[in-house]
Amino acid sequence: MKTSASTLPIGRWLGYAVLILFALISLGPLWIAFKTALTGPNSLFGSGGSLLPNDTTLFNFQRVLGFVDPTDPRLQQTGLAKITFFRALLNSVIFTAMAVAPQIFFSATAAYAFARLRFPGRDLLFFLFIAATMIPTAVLFIPNFILIHDLGWLNTFQGMAAPYALMTPFAVFFLRQMFLSTPKDVEEAARIDGASYFSIFFRMILPIHGPSLATLAILTTVSTWNEFFWPFLIGREESVRVIAVAINAFRTQQQAGVPDWTGLMACTVLGVIPMVALLVFFGRKVVESFQFSGMK
Amino acid sequence: MSTKTSILSDHSAPAVDGFRSHKRLTEREGFCGWLFITPALVGFSLFYLLPTIRAFYIGLTNWNLLRAPKFLGLDNYLRLLGDGKFWSSIWVTVLYVLYNIPVQTVLGLLIAVLLKRLTGSVVMRSIMLAPFLVSNVIAAMIWFWMLDPILGFLNFVFEGLGLGRHAFFSDENLALPTIAAINIWRHMGYAALLFYTGLQSIPEHLYEAARIEGASQWKMFSAITLPLLRPTVVFVLVTSVIGSFQIFDTIAVTTQGGPGTATRTIVWYIYQEAFSSMRMGYASAMSTVLFLGLVVVTLVQMRVLRSGESDLG
Repeated sequence: MKTSASTLPIGRWLGYAVLILFALISLGPLWIAFKTALTGPNSLFGSGGSLLPNDTTLFNFQRVLGFVDPTDPRLQQTGLAKITFFRALLNSVIFTAMAVAPQIFFSATAAYAFARLRFPGRDLLFFLFIAATMIPTAVLFIPNFILIHDLGWLNTFQGMAAPYALMTPFAVFFLRQMFLSTPKDVEEAARIDGASYFSIFFRMILPIHGPSLATLAILTTVSTWNEFFWPFLIGREESVRVIAVAINAFRTQQQAGVPDWTGLMACTVLGVIPMVALLVFFGRKVVESFQFSGMK
Repeated sequence: MSTKTSILSDHSAPAVDGFRSHKRLTEREGFCGWLFITPALVGFSLFYLLPTIRAFYIGLTNWNLLRAPKFLGLDNYLRLLGDGKFWSSIWVTVLYVLYNIPVQTVLGLLIAVLLKRLTGSVVMRSIMLAPFLVSNVIAAMIWFWMLDPILGFLNFVFEGLGLGRHAFFSDENLALPTIAAINIWRHMGYAALLFYTGLQSIPEHLYEAARIEGASQWKMFSAITLPLLRPTVVFVLVTSVIGSFQIFDTIAVTTQGGPGTATRTIVWYIYQEAFSSMRMGYASAMSTVLFLGLVVVTLVQMRVLRSGESDLG
């Protein structure tokens, strides 16, 4: 089939040009961050307008990760901040794992109950769960902060992960839709054969819906890895702060003078690498997951 | 009910078979339903349901977290009506939404149509999605650096183009549009992917018929694509407007509400009242008003865009 665009080559070329322009706009800032991270701290001045790193070095990555001996004379030069990013990366991994893994499991058990089991109060509960997606974070953060504060969980991983660990309305809603989309004949046959609800959940529901669980895991991991507001309220100490909180702290700790741009950009690149890796290795799955995230 | 209940009759009357039943609890549907839902229900109650009620209550008090809350009734709400800072923060937020949403939506649509017409390549879609996988904080940091008045790459570009250098984040007129631009950059590709998914559900034969009748590209876009894409457009608009009204991260990293009050949006103001001024009551009252405002904005959008109706069929 010939589209009318192909009979109008000029329009088609123009279309490609615009698309490539948008691709450059998408990736350009990431490249600028990368080339700055590769630039020697002393060579930054005078290389601002360049598209390529000046005095290319891995020194910035090494120093923000703490792989440079503290007595190294290169660390004594002016304008370098004390950046401890290795700890922040580790904290992000811990926080993300603690928030995402149980969230998906307990949202799946709840979604199974909502999709397949009949129990008193089910429909009212499900309505409340859906209504909760409308509540803005701005309403929840004050009472949730006070609860975590009263539990003595400020600056702990459990305090940072708690609101995400047992459920999110989106996860329950998403999985319920997925579970409802497959016929329940096989499960009913298994019931007649004497299978318990537990074995149906673990041996049938979870394996059959592996791809949907993977989609949810991707969406949840990305949003948790990038979370700022809540970890910023609960976990500001160096021992627990995640990358977004740490980067914000590194910037604001140098109000006077020129920020340590090469170090900060090394941090941003390290913070983005896991997400880029996700795209590179699971491109199709990630893209489809996000396309799917808008469907209801 | 007899004690010989089979697992099949379990569906009929789970409530009455009581403790005399030989059937284990875990074989009963109603019990299992509650068991499977309990962890999520605990999380929902602790971090969604009770906090919403509590936020409303805190909004009726004066509370600095140190002393016991003092009940004020509706005083916070009355004070809010006369608080110029509150109204200015609402105005700044509305302005931000107006800078952000139209541009983001139009660019998202343009990218989606181009992707649909020219290439379905996963690589191209991945590139468009990439900015959305970067956190708000990191996106803000990178743009803050690119727009640095002295060393920033984009300021070199602007200078080269004869547009001159600008201190984007410390200029009262530029700060808010700049923050909107950062978020347009981060969201337009994601919006494009959602629109792209919607475009794929439009039957190709409609375009073929239109072509046979000699319809122009623009006519096809306005008469077929836009109306049939409406459910997706409504979804993207409603969710991105709700998100935009709550802009916080970018402001925390770059301007912190400044210069002056140029970027003091409503959530930034609520955050400051709560954690800088320790006025939990007043901050909660404002957050309740924001909540109600968002519900109204959403209902109006759905009404105006007639989200319930479909043009297909």
